[in-house]
Formats: sequence, structure tokens, C-alpha cells
Amino acid sequence: MLDVRDVTVRYGDRLVLDRVSLSVRRGEVVALLGPSGSGKTTLLRVIAGLLRPDGGSVWIGGRDVTALAAHQRHVGLVFQDDQLFPHHDVAGNISFGLRIAKWPRDDQHARVRELLDLVGLPGFERRRVDELSGGEARRVALARSLAPQPAVLLLDEPLSGLDPELHDRLATDLAALLRATGTTALMVTHDRDEAALVADRAVQLGEL
Amino acid sequence: MSRTDDRTTTLPPTRLVALLAAAPIVFLAVCYVWPVVTLVGEVVSGSTIADTLERGGVWRVLWFTTWQAVVSTLATVVAGLAPAWLLVRWNFPGRRLLAAVVVVPFLLPTVVVGAAFTSLLPDALIGTATAVVIAHVYFNISVVVRLVGALWEQLPPDLTAAARTLGASPWQAARSVTLPLLRPAIASAAMVTFLFTFTSYGVVAILGGPANATLEVEIARRATGLGDIGGAAVLSLLQLGVLALGLALGSVVQRRASTRWAVSPATRQRPTTTVQRFGVGALATATAAVTLAPIVALAVSSLRTGRGWSLAGWRALWGGTSDARPGSGVAVDVWGALGASLRFAMLATAVSVLVGGLATLAIGAARRHGRLLDVGLMLPLATSAVTIGFGMLITFDTAPFDWRNEPWLVPLGHALVAVPFVVRAALPVLRARPTGWLDAAATLGASPTRAWWEIDVGLLRRPLAVGAAFAAAISLGEFGATTLLSRTGQETLPTAIARLLGRAGDIPRAEASALAVVLAVACTLLLLVASGGRDARRA
Repeated sequence: MLDVRDVTVRYGDRLVLDRVSLSVRRGEVVALLGPSGSGKTTLLRVIAGLLRPDGGSVWIGGRDVTALAAHQRHVGLVFQDDQLFPHHDVAGNISFGLRIAKWPRDDQHARVRELLDLVGLPGFERRRVDELSGGEARRVALARSLAPQPAVLLLDEPLSGLDPELHDRLATDLAALLRATGTTALMVTHDRDEAALVADRAVQLGEL
Repeated sequence: MSRTDDRTTTLPPTRLVALLAAAPIVFLAVCYVWPVVTLVGEVVSGSTIADTLERGGVWRVLWFTTWQAVVSTLATVVAGLAPAWLLVRWNFPGRRLLAAVVVVPFLLPTVVVGAAFTSLLPDALIGTATAVVIAHVYFNISVVVRLVGALWEQLPPDLTAAARTLGASPWQAARSVTLPLLRPAIASAAMVTFLFTFTSYGVVAILGGPANATLEVEIARRATGLGDIGGAAVLSLLQLGVLALGLALGSVVQRRASTRWAVSPATRQRPTTTVQRFGVGALATATAAVTLAPIVALAVSSLRTGRGWSLAGWRALWGGTSDARPGSGVAVDVWGALGASLRFAMLATAVSVLVGGLATLAIGAARRHGRLLDVGLMLPLATSAVTIGFGMLITFDTAPFDWRNEPWLVPLGHALVAVPFVVRAALPVLRARPTGWLDAAATLGASPTRAWWEIDVGLLRRPLAVGAAFAAAISLGEFGATTLLSRTGQETLPTAIARLLGRAGDIPRAEASALAVVLAVACTLLLLVASGGRDARRA
């Protein structure tokens, strides 16, 4: 489903990604491991189309998308710091991609309700995003990325910055959710236990 | 990792910037640059420079303008430090309320402050320089409280404590630690106050009397009363020159003095000992009393005529047209003035929000050159209102640009003054917007243009509503530019108040006070709405 071939990224003299390749099969959840500063987030940004690589290509569903802009790729990205839009409520955030894709209004409502149930926040539609707890905000960010049914879901440290109890619960929930929706996902983490808990397999960035 | 890397694909579409900036640039060019150029031309072409400057009157006016501004500034800074200290360092019941009340004078229209002090001060003081200075201190004290307080809040209280453990008395600690560290904020508060008092018009016109004219008053007098356009133009340029010099000096001082400390959480002390309780209580009471006294005096004066309590003033107001007694000039059409004020305010608000909103988006998206537009739009603030009105008056008086009778000329002048406030309300929101939001929108399928529309334009909705309330309040209270531009006879609330105050007799005075109360309430309500919107956003 997702193929990364020989992707290279340089910042000035510094080689951040050196001919990195990896592939994720349809419906598979892969954890991308690596110490901080190893270019994990950079790779996600290249796959999402937010950063043009210096070399290599990105393939999604058998199509070369390297030249496509981010909004044309159908790649969802759950950002490390959520990046929820403060001028929209929870429902407004989750339906953002649906509005862009011109879903009918009723379908948007239904989809938002479905996703809120899925991430365990039923009835949160009208809540303001700046009043959510850290765990709730993370769930809303996840729901927002899943809503437009992306071909590939990228998750950047989706479990960092949560307290230990919340971390373990969200990890279990996330694993179940990705399986239930059959989502193809690539998850960045620096925690091996977390990778084992959520992903089908793990790859180490340094070894790619 | 650098997110503003050139390869990052989700930046606001830069082609939009030129398009967005067009309207504010045209607005600024037509309403500000052109009039200023006309002013310069007026001065250069005539032989008026020598004529005007040779007469002793000009130097007397410049001297009065300068010294009253210096004295007002010094007095304001000294008077403002005590309430600033009270609000920053002490925690007491009603502190938030007092902090809100202290700002009120600055938000009142100049005519209202003038009318209030006419009611408060003994008759012997009206028409003296002392009255002008007192009103200026009242008007600008919140500038000191705000600017100095903001820095003071960041100043770790332990610094003073450290000085005390080294043997300094409270007074020595204040002089050797606190005041030097506060100097940048004191300097900028002094600069802003000097700017406002140097170009003061409404307060001086009402309280100064014939002997005490600032440059602003003299420009207005020559332009409207004497028809001495050349002389007024020379004075306008003289004033612009002094202001430019002052601003340049001020920015040098500020750049040299700018400092930042680590932000420490505000630690406010509860008064515990009897002395502390008494001191804090007395200071808080005095601050509230001084702030509210003129407003109360204004309300009382609207309810009094010579013989005692009376509703005659309000009745005259309600009647619509005050009696045109023989020799008192034309009647003051209160309802007409109210209608005009509302019409002007609506148009000025619409123009300010449109121009300010587009300018904000352009400045936000342009990144580098945006600064230029930002500064350009601030220029009218540093120019005086009377000069703006005067410049527009002598620019738009010849066909095909004879706009003197156009109903939108006055609102354009108001908008020129209000646009910077709209930009200041909206730009921080845009500046604080992380690029991550645009990235997030892109991964959800939004094209760069769509992402910009959804995020940047969407974010501006609330701050623009706040800006609109500011603009409406500014337009309702604007006096200087209005005096010059509404020569064709259309009065607004402030000019009607000023004219009523100039009348002899108890009833016109009570009526002026009543009208000033109406204006003060309207402006305060608008600004409450504005600050409410702000707090809601911050929450």
C-alpha cells in the first residue's frame, strides 16, 4: 500500500535521511523506531507531502505520488502536538476533511458521531478544543485524521506526553481501533514496548 | 527541524498577498499620503513659512504645547506608578474590578473627559493650563499602569528581596533595583503619553480657554475660524516634524533599553499586617475615587441647574433641539447629531474592518514586506487627528475630487484612525498561528489556498469583531478630525457636546453633560463587548 524508495533529505550539509526505503502492506500497522533526531518525523512529512525530498520516491496504492501536493495524497497525519484548530469545536475539527471533500451535511454529522464513538468520546461534538484534556485532544486528533478515510494513516509519537496510565489505555485502544477500521498505518515511536503493543511489526530507522 | 524550509509545501499562497494588500495600500495612499503631500505642497508653494513663523504667536503656541506635554508626561508617570505597583504586587478583594476601572479614562472620548472636568473642577481653574495638565494626567494614567505594570509583573519579587537582605531599605531597594529595571517600560509609557498630550485637541479646546492653545487647537482655529490655510499648513508640518523627531528619539532609547526576563508567575501578596491592610485599602480607594470622580461629577452635573436638582438638561436633550435663544447662535440638533454619529460610526467601522482585515491577512502572509504595510498603517496614529482632518479638507476640495459634501468623508477620516486598532487586535492572532495548522489542513485534503481560507481567514473572525467594536467606539468619540471635516454643518455627538459647553447658562451645560453621559455609556459598552470578546478568546 505504501512504498518509500530511497528517500534522501538534506538540511544544508546534514544528511537527515540517507536512501531510506520501507513498505507497508494494506491493513498493516508498522511501527517506525529510532532515537530522537534520527529523522522519523522528517520521513513522515515526506510521506505526507509536507516536505519535498532531495531524492527517492513515495508510492501509495501502486501510484508514484512524489510530485503530488499534500492535499492530493489522501494521507492522514496525526501530529505530535495534535494541531487542533482552536476556532472550531470538536465536531468542526473532525468534519474538517469531510467539508473539504464536500460530503453531504447529514453524512458529515453521522461520520463525526461514528468516530467519536470509536475513539470513546461520545457526545463531545460541541466541546471547545482548548478545554480538552491531553488524552481527549489526542483522541480528537486521531478521529479527525481518520474521518476522510485516508489511504494511509501516519502517526507521529501518538502516545507521547501522556501520563503512564493514560498511555497504556490509549495504546490498547489505538491498537484495537486501527484493527477495527482496517487502517494502513505507519506509527513513529521511540518506545519498543509501545511498538510491540500497537504494531504488527516494527522497523528501526537506522537499519533501513 | 526547520519548518519554514523552502521545500515546505504548505505556505499561504504568496500570489494572494499582492491582491490583499492592494485595498489597504490604496486606502493609505488616498486618505493619508495624498493629504500629507498636499500639506507639504501648500507650505512649499506659498511664502507662508516666513510669514507664519515670524509672528510671535507661533512660538508661544509651540512653547505652550511642549511644556504642557512635558509637565503632563512627568506628572502622569509619577502618578501612575502607585496604582501600577498596587495592581501588580498586591492581592486584595476587588483587584480585578479596579484593574478594569483604571483603564476606563483612556477609553473615554476626549470631549467626555473635557466635559467631565468642566463639571468637576472649580470654575476658577477652567481655562487654565493647570486644568489641561490635570485632565491629561487623568486621561493617560492607564498608559503607565498598563505598560509599566506589564513589565513589573515579569520582574521577580525576589530581586527586591535580595536587595533587602543586602541591607537596603524598601525605598533604597525600589530606587536601586526596581526603578532601573522598569526604565524601558517607563520610557515607552512616557513616550506614548508625550505623543498623546503633545497632539491633544479635545481636552485643550474645552479646558484650555483662549489663552492656552496647543498646536492642534491653533491649527483648527486657523483652518476653520480664520481661513488661514497656509498658516495652518505650516503649523501642521511643524507638529509632524516635532513628532517624527520625538518618535525617532524614543525608538533609539527603547532599542537600547529593551530587556527581557524569564517570565515568573505573578506573585501577588495578600496584605497581612494592619499597616499593609490600611495602606493597600487607602491606595485602592484613592485610585478608584480619582478614576470615578470626574465621571460621577459629569452625571451629577447633568442633573443640576443653578437652583438645584433638575431634569432640565435631560429634558432639553429629549426635546431634541435646545432653545435657540437670541445671540446664542444656531440651535444644536441633538437627534440629528446622534443620527449622524451612528451613520458615521457604521460606515467607519465597515471600512476599518475591511481595510484592517485585508491588511492583517496581507501582513501575515507577506512575512517580510508586511512590516512596511504595518508601519504605514500606524502612521496616522502618530499624526494628529486635526492634521489628518485638515489635510483631507484641503486635498478633497477641488473638482473632480471635491468630496467636502460627501457623507463618507468624515467616516474615512475616522477609519484612518481606527484601522491601526483593528490590525493590532487581529495581527497577534495570525502571528501566533503555528504553520502546523496549515500542514494539518493539507493532510486533510485542503489545497494551500483552501487551507489559508479555512485557517487564517477563519481565525480572524473573532478578533475582527473585537476590532469592529474598537472602531465604532473610536468613531463615536472622534473629535479632532471631525471638527475639521464636518464644516458643512453636520454635527456629531462630540462636536455637539463641545458646542453646548461653549454656551452660557445652566441648561445648555446640563444638556452637554447629559449628552456626554450618553456618549460615555455608548463607548464604554462597546469597549466592554470588545474586551469580553478578547477574554473569551484567551480563555
